[in-house]
Amino acid sequence: MSTSAEQLPRQLPGDLAMWLFILAELSVFAILILAFAVTHHLKPQLFAASRALLDASTGLAMTLSLLSAGALAALAQVQVRQGQPRRAALLLLAALLVACVYVWLKLGEYRHLLGAGLGIERNTFFTLYWILTGFHFLHVLLGMLILAWLALTAWHRGYGPGQCSGFESGVLYWHMVDLVWVLLFPLVYLLG
Amino acid sequence: MNVANPHLKFASQAVAKPYFVFALILFLGQVLFGLIMGLQYVIGDFLFPAIPFNVARMVHTNLLIVWLLFGFMGAAYYLVPEEADRELHSPKLAILLFWVFAAAGVLTILGYLLVPYAGLARLTHNELLPTMGREFLEQPTITKLGIVVVCLGFLYNIGMTLLKGRKTTVSMVMMTGLIGLAVFFLFSFYNPGNLARDKFYWWWVVHLWVEGVWELIMGSMLAFVLIKITGVDREVVEKWLYVIIAMALITGIIGTGHHFFWIGAPEVWLWVGSIFSALEPLPFLAMVMFAFSMVKNRRRQHPNRAATLWAKGTTVTAFFGAGVWGFLHTLAPVNFYTHGTQLTAAHGHLAFYGAYAMIVMTLISYAMPRLRGLGEAADERSQTLEVWGFWLMTLSMVMITLLLTAAGVVQVLLQRWAEDGTALPFMSTTDQLRGLFWARLVSGVGFLAGLLCYLLSFRQRGRAALRAPARVVPS
Repeated sequence: MSTSAEQLPRQLPGDLAMWLFILAELSVFAILILAFAVTHHLKPQLFAASRALLDASTGLAMTLSLLSAGALAALAQVQVRQGQPRRAALLLLAALLVACVYVWLKLGEYRHLLGAGLGIERNTFFTLYWILTGFHFLHVLLGMLILAWLALTAWHRGYGPGQCSGFESGVLYWHMVDLVWVLLFPLVYLLG
Repeated sequence: MNVANPHLKFASQAVAKPYFVFALILFLGQVLFGLIMGLQYVIGDFLFPAIPFNVARMVHTNLLIVWLLFGFMGAAYYLVPEEADRELHSPKLAILLFWVFAAAGVLTILGYLLVPYAGLARLTHNELLPTMGREFLEQPTITKLGIVVVCLGFLYNIGMTLLKGRKTTVSMVMMTGLIGLAVFFLFSFYNPGNLARDKFYWWWVVHLWVEGVWELIMGSMLAFVLIKITGVDREVVEKWLYVIIAMALITGIIGTGHHFFWIGAPEVWLWVGSIFSALEPLPFLAMVMFAFSMVKNRRRQHPNRAATLWAKGTTVTAFFGAGVWGFLHTLAPVNFYTHGTQLTAAHGHLAFYGAYAMIVMTLISYAMPRLRGLGEAADERSQTLEVWGFWLMTLSMVMITLLLTAAGVVQVLLQRWAEDGTALPFMSTTDQLRGLFWARLVSGVGFLAGLLCYLLSFRQRGRAALRAPARVVPS
């Protein structure tokens, strides 16, 4: 790696409090994922039959949307560190637009499932599907609010190379939302 | 600084004192009724028919709630002016509300003890707006209305002080918690005929109080005392507070689901309740880390070592009582066997003592020497007695918890786990647990001894107080 990176002091990006918060959030998701996986193991046929009712290609599109938003947020972070907060704000705006694709697809999927009578009380698979993806969906919405806040502050030059801990914390949160979806997608849509 | 009491930043903080004193009197009453019930567990007709078990239990739990409310209000009256950096909006209103609340509380308890409950319901015209007869919310409707009036006046007083003064994270979190407390209490007036629905909303008061908004109150009281006794930067303390509050709300609000397992609510609650409440120990763990790291990184050696001990003690005891003992039976497959057993009692005792009784005593321990004009701390002898009180009460409560846990496990095995036909009925099971209940009673006497030590530690009067200026800790 470059020598400049080695010369930088070893320092946690973002705020330690945000890392602790992310740790707590990840613990909730870990238990949810564990519950899903264990129940899958106990009721493989029910899970296979129910999973067949989901559209994996929609799941893939949602994954791509979230990951692209994550990549754009990471690029925005680079811009902030290089003293270009306005460019960062535009990149975050793009990230938000891409994330809207996820929201639109997810709402469409929810409407389709409800229309087909596959609500939260249908069976154990759908109980867990709704809890898991619904809880994640709420996190995406919160993440988008955070990104919007960051974009607004960056546009008003509230962040700069020496003052980007808040920005890093916000982007970290979005990456957590991304990371959880990357685990959810195969678990809910593909496995088995 | 005021002339009457140079140890108070604002003269109006003095209104906290009667609240704290009355809280501790009620606490003593609660413990005495606990002992009466402890005896009734082993000598069934003790004090019958004068004080039947159900009445003693009602008085025990109602006194707990009321003394904690007095403690929280006293804490708010002490903490908010100091945080807002101005006098309380109306000290007169605070004193008036104190007498209204105290009179209503005493009359209600006397009503429980002197009139049969059905008679109390008739006497207070419960039929006009029926709210009586629900566990912990047994108060006559008129008392409940009184509580609402007191809360509104209290929130107005505190709110006006905050609006006109400095707004800090600590006071904002306290205010949010207190508003939440008042809002969720309103569900005690909603009394649907459907039993499942009745239980569902009953938990909105009971659970969302103790595992929701009260945690905000606890967090802010803890943060306030830690700022004062450690001199650590407010910014650091506030960051911790944000993390703790976020965790408490994420796990606590959805965690309400662990009460909806067997009351007729949809099956989805089995999952939601188990998963989210499994994380409820997290905010309490964060509070332990918070308190210990603040004390470790302290900038000053505060002369009130008893208050420091309470601050550390409340987090550890709350983590075990609320966090670990709560987790023990929060998962639906476990709770299927354990709900409503002595395990619940074990959890309830250590959680309430650790999280709420101890945080109120933490604040009293910090504020009382100042309120009484003694200085930053009471003298060495009083503090030693207080520390004795701390350990006697805490260790006795740990023993009560362990004994009730053992009783709960045996109860589950005899009464719930055993196959149909071999399972014992409740009263026969209770007979099998007599030895444990006797030992629990002895621990209860130990707790009373601890409480008396604690109360005696306030005996110091006018003697030269410890005035040692705060030392700077060499790093």
